[in-house]
Amino acid sequence: MSASSHIDQAVNHLFRQASGKMVAVLVKIFGPENYTLVEDVVQDALLSGLETWKFNGIPDNPEAWLFRVAKNKAIDIIRRKKHQYYIDFSSQEELPPAAGYTPADNFDQYWQDQAIRDDFLGMMFACCHPDISPENQVTFILKSLCGFSTREAARAFLTSEDTISKRLYRTKEFFRTNHIRPAIPPPAQLSGRLDAVLNSLYLLFNEGYSATQHEQLVREDIIAQAIYLCQSLLEHEHTRQPRTSALMALFCFHAARIRSRLQADGTIIPLSQQDRRQWDKALIASGNEWLNKAASGTTLSPFHLEAAIAYEHCMAPDYAATNWKMILSYYDALLQLTKDPVILLNRSVALLEYAGAPAALQSLEAVQHHRQLNRYYLYHAVLGEIYKRMNEKDKAVACFEQARQLTAAQQEQQFLTAKIADT
Amino acid sequence: MQEFLLIIRGGEDLGNASPQEMQQTLQHWQKWMGDLMASGNYIGGQNLESEGLTVLNSTTVTDRPLVEGKELVAGYILLRANSAAEAAEMTRGCPGLARGCTIEIRGIRQLHHP
Repeated sequence: MSASSHIDQAVNHLFRQASGKMVAVLVKIFGPENYTLVEDVVQDALLSGLETWKFNGIPDNPEAWLFRVAKNKAIDIIRRKKHQYYIDFSSQEELPPAAGYTPADNFDQYWQDQAIRDDFLGMMFACCHPDISPENQVTFILKSLCGFSTREAARAFLTSEDTISKRLYRTKEFFRTNHIRPAIPPPAQLSGRLDAVLNSLYLLFNEGYSATQHEQLVREDIIAQAIYLCQSLLEHEHTRQPRTSALMALFCFHAARIRSRLQADGTIIPLSQQDRRQWDKALIASGNEWLNKAASGTTLSPFHLEAAIAYEHCMAPDYAATNWKMILSYYDALLQLTKDPVILLNRSVALLEYAGAPAALQSLEAVQHHRQLNRYYLYHAVLGEIYKRMNEKDKAVACFEQARQLTAAQQEQQFLTAKIADT
Repeated sequence: MQEFLLIIRGGEDLGNASPQEMQQTLQHWQKWMGDLMASGNYIGGQNLESEGLTVLNSTTVTDRPLVEGKELVAGYILLRANSAAEAAEMTRGCPGLARGCTIEIRGIRQLHHP
């Protein structure tokens, strides 16, 4: 099975997707302060679906079936008034203009395709409120919009269920105390808020892409979710911005290479030795399309440049043919946008290939006293590679050993051990 | 060939299951039911609602008293088989069995089948 068909399969997760949409609509109806009620209604609807479909097969439009169940349960709750939930019908747009309104009429409006799409994005913006920490943002997105259980989210972030519960609790409390209503922000605020959402998706994708100690399925699952969420942003005219397309292009190029990055036993395969025939051509083609769509407007985002770099790698028939000059220029442009030392580190790899070891070493000298970088295993791994090329074996081995001490991931340690043996 | 009623009791406790886990459960059921239908032995089946009424006598109707999960009839399936043992054999792959269900198999007595 190719990576893309696998990812398609993961994206076509009916229960998860329906769950995320139902959460978004019900949060609009009941308000985020009643999030626990929302989760109960969603769980109930999914269970009804499961029990009925087990015996009768899946209906033609299973999502609509689930929405109908959720809608009726919501109407029941309002009618019974068994719980004293605060329901906000004060907003003009939520009230139908015609007289003779019944809860059912009003509720139908919530379940129109366009309304569901808007609510889904609105919820994404609520989750990425700038006052919520990035890790809480991605955790809540996975839980609410991607239908991850606490246990699944814990596996995704390689942390305990306890930690995930705390993150979720903090976000729910934030919604409650600050009366956050999920909504697509008005045009004046859209740009900055969209940046926060895109950064959050970027983080989510990275979580799936770079955590090497994950099992393959969990990693591909997270990647698929990031792609799915980005796809939803691209389907809406307000969030379909060039930088959204650029992020999607970046996702596609990276996802295309995922299967060739690890051996069956989990060992890392460096880019230079990856079997490029395994790269997913369909995903690379989608990446190209999105990159073309991203090439409009006047702003150049970091996503544009990162996508352009990933594009160059995907296009090179082999490692030796990589257009390092072009890649270097993209890194230079990235450094203009952000002074991130990690970008400088990555740039030095391109420099090593393009201009040789002395030039790369010189560029890293500028950041040699950077404290965070000094604790980053990749910094020492890159230094080791530079020394190795300069035939300074002792220095190279010392760097690789330092790098090995700084990473907890077994695959990375194995990779570095092999490097040391090879030096 | 005789007809058999399979009474599936007990629920899988999916109250805390994630959407993904539910999807997997459904896929397992689809596979099993699909194989059963393909075998030609399947006649029909339905899921039952978990609430119901019990008529105790001509004047007393109560809410169904059996609320305990294990006793609850989750659904039924009608099958054709040569014997109860053969029908039991067909339930081997039923995903419910691994998740706390029991299946009772009862032959349906017919007029021409004393």
